[in-house]
Amino acid sequence: MSEVIWGLATSHVPSIGAAMDRGRTADPAWAPLFEGYRPARAWLERHTPDVAILIYNDHANGVDLDIVPTFAIGTAERYRVADEGFGRRPVPDVVGAPEFSFHLLQQLMDEGFDLTVFQELDVDHGFTVPLSVWTPDPGDAWPCPVIPILVNVIRYPQPTAARCYALGKALGRAIASHQGARTVGILGTGGMSHQLAGARAGFVNPDFDHMFLDAIANDPEKLASLSREDYIREAGSEGIELIMWLIMRGALNERVRTVHTAYHVPASNTAAGLALFDNRTEKTN
Amino acid sequence: MTSRSRLDPPWTYVFDGPTSLRGHQMNKLFMSLRDAAAREDFLRDEATYCRRFGLSEQQAQAVLARDWQAMLDLGGSIFYIYKLAMMDGLSMQYLGGVFTGMSEAEFKAVMLAGGRTDV
Repeated sequence: MSEVIWGLATSHVPSIGAAMDRGRTADPAWAPLFEGYRPARAWLERHTPDVAILIYNDHANGVDLDIVPTFAIGTAERYRVADEGFGRRPVPDVVGAPEFSFHLLQQLMDEGFDLTVFQELDVDHGFTVPLSVWTPDPGDAWPCPVIPILVNVIRYPQPTAARCYALGKALGRAIASHQGARTVGILGTGGMSHQLAGARAGFVNPDFDHMFLDAIANDPEKLASLSREDYIREAGSEGIELIMWLIMRGALNERVRTVHTAYHVPASNTAAGLALFDNRTEKTN
Repeated sequence: MTSRSRLDPPWTYVFDGPTSLRGHQMNKLFMSLRDAAAREDFLRDEATYCRRFGLSEQQAQAVLARDWQAMLDLGGSIFYIYKLAMMDGLSMQYLGGVFTGMSEAEFKAVMLAGGRTDV
């Protein structure tokens, strides 16, 4: 049986990746954000899993509007880094774990989550920025194979927070029943509050974000009970990405140990947050 | 419409079914601009390129005039509209300024000061 050893929630704003790619992490505007990542990165470096599962949304790069899967999983051996229109990020392509993907797909299907399958997928900043938050200097390869799970958060109606949380719980059971890998890390990405378009562009809601950062650790049921309209109103039309944190959280134990949290405004137009949870039942360090 | 009745945050674009339907051809055009050869093709004759993608007259006008607000109103998704902005070398903060009546520098300053918490 496999064990989820940690869960990492992080924003996936493209400019976070761009700041790293262009060596600007020490600039005054960026330094506080990256300083906030430091303790999480140090802990994660000591706890590399055998496989990671990364929950994210595509932003018009690997998925077009002609087909919009609500939930999907990648089953490929490799995922190319997408060219979003300004060249590929200078980071490694992603090695997958197809056998583990097939297992998750079947288990989740049997639990009533009918996921779309991506046998080919280019992964955009929604995927690669969280990997960079985790591992700033990957060299030739990311620390372990990574499986993408995609969620539609762009086209209304998005899945409910409750459904995302339930998917996370089913994902946790599917991981536990897998015999191959030993340890698993899960990343839930996106958010925090932000709105890109219209007269409310630039909206951030620190009160909601801080409530969310606390509740994702201690009271995820409360977050799962919010409607998508609540999310759009309180976190902004793009802040609804936060529902993806609930899939990560659902896959963890009811009680987790918070290793580190960070919050910073802004990452370009967005409130950026991070939360790292130790999910091991027997703590070794 | 009943499907939208529960959703009424102020000044907020929600990319719902009717919006997606209305903006589909225009969003397809924006998506095509990820490809360098397509960008060259577009820049050579923007009006013809818009016709090829089946944009409405209004949508074509909005694209040709870089009327970003009109693109939103005519069914554009911000993530797709952004492909055109990127091609023009414009940032999401520039667009934020356009939507809120600020210059890019003003919008950036507002974000650096903690974002717009009062809207």
